[in-house]
Amino acid sequence: MGNVDIELVTQLEDKAIDIRKDLCTYIYRIATAGHLGGELSMVDVAVALYYKYMNYDPTNPEMPDRDRLILSKGHCGETLYTIYSDLGMYTMDYMVEHFNTLATGKFSMHPNRKYIEAIEASTGSLGHGLPIATGLALGARMSGEKWRTFCILGDGELQEGTNWEAFMAAGQYQLGNLVAIVDKNDLQMSGNTANTVTVDPLDEKLKAFGWDVIEINGNDMREVCEALESLPESDPHVRRKPVCIISNTVKGAGVAFMENVVGWHAGSLSKEKLEEAIESIENTRKVRQ
Amino acid sequence: MTTRVTLNFDEILSSAREVYGTELRKMAEEGLEFAFTCSDNVAPSSTVGKFMADYPDRCFNVGIAEANQVGVSAGLALSGKVVFSQVFGPFLPLRAADQIHADIAYNDVPVRLIGTHAGVTSGGGPTHNVIADLAFYRAVPNLTIVCPADANQCARVVRESMVYPGPMVIRIARGAEPDVYADNDYEFKIGKAIKVKEGTDLTLIGTGSSVYWSFKAAEELAKQGIHARVLDMHTIKPFDEEAVLQAASETGCIVTVEDHSINGGLGGAVAELIAESSIPCRFKRIALPDEFCVLGEPDEVYRYYGMAPEGIAETVKDFLK
Repeated sequence: MGNVDIELVTQLEDKAIDIRKDLCTYIYRIATAGHLGGELSMVDVAVALYYKYMNYDPTNPEMPDRDRLILSKGHCGETLYTIYSDLGMYTMDYMVEHFNTLATGKFSMHPNRKYIEAIEASTGSLGHGLPIATGLALGARMSGEKWRTFCILGDGELQEGTNWEAFMAAGQYQLGNLVAIVDKNDLQMSGNTANTVTVDPLDEKLKAFGWDVIEINGNDMREVCEALESLPESDPHVRRKPVCIISNTVKGAGVAFMENVVGWHAGSLSKEKLEEAIESIENTRKVRQ
Repeated sequence: MTTRVTLNFDEILSSAREVYGTELRKMAEEGLEFAFTCSDNVAPSSTVGKFMADYPDRCFNVGIAEANQVGVSAGLALSGKVVFSQVFGPFLPLRAADQIHADIAYNDVPVRLIGTHAGVTSGGGPTHNVIADLAFYRAVPNLTIVCPADANQCARVVRESMVYPGPMVIRIARGAEPDVYADNDYEFKIGKAIKVKEGTDLTLIGTGSSVYWSFKAAEELAKQGIHARVLDMHTIKPFDEEAVLQAASETGCIVTVEDHSINGGLGGAVAELIAESSIPCRFKRIALPDEFCVLGEPDEVYRYYGMAPEGIAETVKDFLK
C-alpha cells in the first residue's frame, strides 16, 4: 500500500468527476427517477475498476479473458451506463433514446445483459449478485482461467440472507479470484442501515466467514487505488481467501445537497437541480486543487 | 400415428437419480464439458455421489442453501458451462423461486435444475411435498419444464439438454419408479408428446410418474370395452398443443392425471388450451386436491385421492356414464 502513482490518482479523480456530471445529466435527460444516492456513492470504485484495474477492453466486451463485474445493487445500473458511454460504447443520445422505450428499449433502471453487451448478468433483485459471482469464480477455476470476478454490493442489501450463503460458500471454496466490494454508504431506502437492521461489525463478520477484508474510504481515489493494487494476482490454481473491500462511502457523494440525505435514495432532477448538482460536482475539483 | 413403444409390464423399478448419475459419468468420460452443483442433497453412495467424488474439479456442493445453489449455478453457466444442478425438490421451486426467475430464466442460461422428490413421493408430509412447482414454473418465461416418465427417459433428457438452449427444470420422483419403456428404442424429443397407447373413447394424459398410472388404468378400462388413448406429456413447456388438440378432436374426451396440485399444472395447461379452442371436448382433472395432503406413504396417498390406476379407471367410468 502507499505506492500508488499520484498522477494516476489525479486522472481517475478527474474521470470520476466527469462521470458524476454525466450521470446527473443522464438522469435529468431520461426524466425519471434514478437511484442517484447509491449511484454517486459507488462512482469512484467503478471508475477505478473500468479505467485501470479490470482487464477490460470496451471495443471487445466479450473478450474471453476479461475480468467480470457483477452489479449486485442492480438499481444503480446508470452509473455503469454512464461509464460505458464515456468509454465510447454508446452515445449519451443513444442511451436516452433507448431508455425504457417500448419498441427499442435497451437501458432500464436495472441492467439487462441481453441488451447491453457490457453487462455480465441481469440483476435487480437484491442478494443475487454474490451467488452469481461465486459461480463465475468457480467457473474460472474449473477452466483454469486467470480472470477475476468483482461484485459490487450495497450495504443495506446485505440484509438479504443469500449474500451470507454465498459468503460462506466462497470462503469454503477459497475463491481467491473473487473480490466483493461493499459500497457501504450506511443508508438504505427508509433511513440509516444501523437503525434498520445493522450489518455491523461487517469486517468481523466477513473475517469469520473466511474472507480477507480491506477497509477504505471509497470516495478517496488514492485509497481505492491502493486497495485494488494490493490484490494478489488472480491464479485459478491457488486457493486462498476471497477478498472483500469494505468501501465506506457517502450516499450522494459529490453533490452537496444529496450527500447523506435519505430522500436522495432515488429521485429525478429538474433543470435547476441539475445545474446545481453539476456546480457542486465541479466544486469538488476546485476544493482538491 | 402412434409412436411404437415397448411397454414394460413387469414393474421393473428404476431410480431416475441413479440412472441419470450414470449418464453424467458417461458424458464426462466422452469429454463433454459441464459443471454440477448440489446443496448437500447427494448421497455419497449414489451414482451421482460417486461421480462427484471422481470429478471434484467440476462438482460443487454449496451446503444446505438452495437459493445460493441456483445463483451459483447461474454464475457457472455465465462462465460458459452447461450446469446440472440436483436440488432437493421441496426446496427448489419456492425457496429459490426468485433465483429461478431472475438468475436462471431472466439471464437465460443453460442450467438444468433437477428437482427430486416430485409430488408426494418423499412421503415426508406437506413440508416435503412438491405440489405447486408446475404452476410456478409454467409462469416463468424462458424455462423449459420436463417431467420424464421414467428413469431412462430422464437420462435421455439429461443428454439431450447438453445441446438444448436456455434454462430447464427436470422434475423427477424420489426413488424407484416403474419403467414405462423397456428400452430406449423410441423417438423422444423435448416438447413432443408421445402417444404410448392408441384409443378412441377418451385420452388420458399423464406427465412424469402418472404416465405409468394412466397406462395401467387404460389397460383396466380396455378389459371393460373402454379404449383410452394415453399420452406421455413429458414436456410441460414448450407444451405440445398439437397433440392435445388432436386428442380433443379425435377422442372428444380428455382426462389429465398428475402428481401435483389440481391448480395450475398439467390439467391447467390442457384446460386452458381446450377452452380457447373451438373443439367440443369433455374434460376432467385427476390430481391432488387443494388441501395440504394427508399423511402416508405415496402409494397410500395416491389410492386415497383416486390417483392410483384403479382409482383413475373408476373416475373415468363414472365420467363417461
